[in-house]
Formats: sequence, C-alpha cells, structure tokens
Amino acid sequence: MSVSFCGLELAHPVINASGTFDLLAARDAFGASALCAEFPFAAFVSKTITLQPRVGNPPPRLFEAPAGLINSIGLPNKGLEGYLTHELPGIAALLGECRSPLITNVMGSTAGEIALLLERCDEREEIAAFELNVSCPNVETGLDIGADPVALERVVRTVRTATRKPLIVKLTPNAADVAACARAAEFGGADAVSLINTLRAMALAPGPPDLAFAARSTARAAWLGGRTGGLSGPAIRTVALAQVAAVAASISIPIVGMGGVQRANHARDLLDAGATLIAVGTENFRDPAAGARIARALA
Amino acid sequence: MALAPFGRRLLRVSGVDELGAYRLLRAGDPDGPAPAPGQFAMLAAAERWGGGEDERPYLPRACSYARWRDGEAHFLLEDVGPGTRRLCELRPGESLWVLGPLGTRFNAPADGRRAILLGGGVGIAPLAIWQDTLLEELPSASPATVLLGFRDASRAAGAELLRDPQITTDDGSVGQRALVTELLAAELTRDSHAVLYACGPAPMLEAVRVLCAERAVPAQLALESGMACGFGACYGCVVPRRGGGFLRVCVDGPVVDAAELERVDQHAGAPA
Repeated sequence: MSVSFCGLELAHPVINASGTFDLLAARDAFGASALCAEFPFAAFVSKTITLQPRVGNPPPRLFEAPAGLINSIGLPNKGLEGYLTHELPGIAALLGECRSPLITNVMGSTAGEIALLLERCDEREEIAAFELNVSCPNVETGLDIGADPVALERVVRTVRTATRKPLIVKLTPNAADVAACARAAEFGGADAVSLINTLRAMALAPGPPDLAFAARSTARAAWLGGRTGGLSGPAIRTVALAQVAAVAASISIPIVGMGGVQRANHARDLLDAGATLIAVGTENFRDPAAGARIARALA
Repeated sequence: MALAPFGRRLLRVSGVDELGAYRLLRAGDPDGPAPAPGQFAMLAAAERWGGGEDERPYLPRACSYARWRDGEAHFLLEDVGPGTRRLCELRPGESLWVLGPLGTRFNAPADGRRAILLGGGVGIAPLAIWQDTLLEELPSASPATVLLGFRDASRAAGAELLRDPQITTDDGSVGQRALVTELLAAELTRDSHAVLYACGPAPMLEAVRVLCAERAVPAQLALESGMACGFGACYGCVVPRRGGGFLRVCVDGPVVDAAELERVDQHAGAPA
C-alpha cells in the first residue's frame, strides 16, 4: 500500500506522531538491526526542535487519564545547533538503514525564529520535509499561533520562503474553528496539515481524603509540574476523526491524521475521513512495534 | 546489558505465589533474553487492561525483575492502584504483555569492597536477582549483608526472596522495630569499606544517599518513577540530575550512581 505524499514516495501510510518515539533511545534499547528489520514508520517525524535548548518541564510530567494520558513534557531538546551537530547524523544514519525519510519538527515563538530554524535545517540533505508545531504561544498576544487563523496564515506565509522542502503545519485542536485554521495554513502556503495535536487537559494532586465538602480546601495544586498538559490516547480518537473530517471538507492539500490510533481499523477510519497518512502516537509507548503491526494490517 | 526484543511479547502466566501482602508473578519467557540484575520490564495484562477504577489502567506498568529462573521471569507486585491490582489478579494460564528487559543494571563491587543490599517494601525485588547473581558469579566475594525494611508482618513475608536478611518493621511485628537505615548507619560505622545497592521508597533512598555521601561510600540506587513507555521515548519519568537537567529513569536508570543525584525526589507517579 505505497503512498505518495508531498513528493515523497512512502512504503505505507503509517508514520509517528512527533515526540512519541526516540530513535536513538530505541536503537540502544532494542538494537539497530532489530529496529530496522521491522521499522514501524514509512517516514519518521523528529521531536520538536527549538532555537535554544530546553530542559523541559519539572516533574510530574505524566498523568494516566481515563483511556488516555496527559503529558506535560515541555518539549525538551538540545536546541537547533545541538540537534544539527549531535543528533541529526545518528538519526540520519539509522533512518538510511531503515529506508525511512526524516521529517524534522520545529517550533518558534515568532515567524523570524521559525524562518531561522527552517533555513538552517533546509541546508541539511538528511532532512526530507518539515513539520511546523504551531501550538506555541505568540510572544506578543500570548495566544497559540495555531489557534488564530489570521496569525497562522501570516506566519506560514512568512516562513514558507525559508525552505523548498515540503512543509506540514501541525494544527492545534484547541481552536474554535479548526477547519478555518487549516484553510489559513493552506492559504499561507503549507504543503500539508497534520492533526490532531493533544487536547489541553488537567489533573489535580490528591487532596486530603474523606473530608466533608465544606471543609475541603479550594487550593488543591495541579498534579502536573507544567500545571496543564496535553491529552492523548483512545480518549481523543473520536475527536480526531471529527476534526480530520471537517478539515478534509475544507482544504485540498493532504492531511496526516492522528489521535488514539491503536489498531488498523482506527487508522482506516482516519484514511476514510480524508487523511493521506496516519500517525501513531501514544500507542508507541504501549508497544514500540505498534506502527509495524498497523502497517501490516493495512496492506 | 541485555537488549530487549523489539516490540512487546505475549507470555503465559505460569504461577502466582502469595507472599503476605505481595504477589510473585511468574511467567514463562522462552524467547526473552535473561535480564541483568536491576533491569525492569513493562507489564500489562492481555485481557481487561482498562475499565477499572477511573477507566484505568491504560499504560503498561514498569516492574523490576525479581528473579530469572530457567526461562521464567518473576515479578514482585503490591496492589497500590488499578494497574498493579489487575496484575495481582492474574491467574496461571492467563496472558501477559511484556516489553523488556530494559534499563541499567547493578554493577559488581570494586576495590575489594563488601556488598550491602538494602531494600524497602516491594523495592526488595531487584535485590533478590542481584543476590542470586552475586552468589552464582562471585562466590569468592564475602557474603552480602542484606538489610530489609517493611511496614508490617504481611509485607515482611516478602523477605523470603532473599537469603539471610536482617529485617526491620515499622510496627516491630517482625525483626527489629526500627528504620532499616538505622541498621545501615550501624553497618557503615562498623566497616565502611562497602558499596551500597538499594531500592525502595524515595525517603528511604534519600536517607541512604545522605548516609553514604557522608562516609564516601559508593551507592547504586534503583529508582522508581511513573513511566509511559520504558524505552526513552516519552521523557515522562525524569528526575533532577545533579548540576542541572534531568535523568530519564528508564534509560539512564533505573540503577543510578547516587553521585548523579542532588537528592532522591518523591516518585513522579500517581498510584499505579
């Protein structure tokens, strides 16, 4: 079931969601030959790379939700130069062995920052395409760039000229009108969109047990170190399907659909709703070979 | 360090032994590599994993290997939440998803130091496989000192996994009524030419770290943390590293050199 996507010829339609599979850690845990023998992803999406290094959020970073996971990892990464110098060579060598092209995911808080990231990465032939994470607050307005169609179109149009490689805009589901955001990305010059990212979610730390309601403190702390986090997993599968269908009806560029995919029938639902590729995310945590199993079942 | 096969594999539960408040889950793993002492696996019941309290569990649970005997993996469990409860309910013949062995291992004593194994509660598990290994592979080394602390008698039943332990309980129902770290302080005062291998609750490990740091005794601590993946993908299980940044407990640990930590933090995980 080979697929053509933004000029890339892929062996099947299954890729990974950004930040859900660490290639170098997986190589160390399972060995390169076993990993490549049944590499799960027809293209590999890196974790989000930012201009400056980030250590990530203070723990706790995880909360197991009903049929899902809330994470507040905080996009830890070595920064642009650390990525290009220390990570990209190893990642590219492994992906070469696995015959899977690399899609580098980047995030910046201004159009200028994003353009710089794309320009510097564009020089590297190991990178086949880009995914732009727009779930980042605008430094001036504090709103997520991706939640405001006007700001999103302006940013995509500005950064579009920084690379000739395919540019995928990863939409945020935390927007009033996701289809309008998808149209904004398309008008701005995106080659594809991907959705859905995680849904903003929260959990509270355990309170004192068995207190009467009136005696309860109202000041219970957030459980996650980052206060809120992003919900993923089966809990969001039907939300993803609705958003992919709405976006597919609104744009003509290809869609990478994701959200709660655990089995081939979930992937098929997203493909039938209009996605060209599907991404496996949180299910990689439960089984690192899940993508390979899903791709086999789709074939 | 043993590499884990890529992808989770389905094992058959061969037995569940009752050890007081704990369960020793045994599963045949004919194709799995033998774990190194200190390594762990991600476990999930093949059936009814989900649909418990708050529609959990969803993620697999990280569990240290307690033993490896002739192609059979042993895991020590305590029911502390919906995931461990479901694992405790498994019966012989039922199926278990396993990903592993994962993470770092305990390393043998150097410089002629004697080994002290110190465990608290269900954290005694990796010390059992480590004692097995020391007895098999380093029979010339002097027998390890084993110090185990438990809340009460029902948990102290787990002590039968180790040979010749000195036991403390919070309520004095078995062994001495003391903190296990009080025994450690006495041991190190007697002879500090030792290396510490410890696993247990965070406050206990922090006390061990401080006692050892004061006396310049090397310590290898097996940490616990809530994990989503166990193989370095999610970055969810981190603990602060001395000098800044974080360690991933799953790939930089679970066994870490105490010198790498500023302090042992409370576990970053909800009841699992």
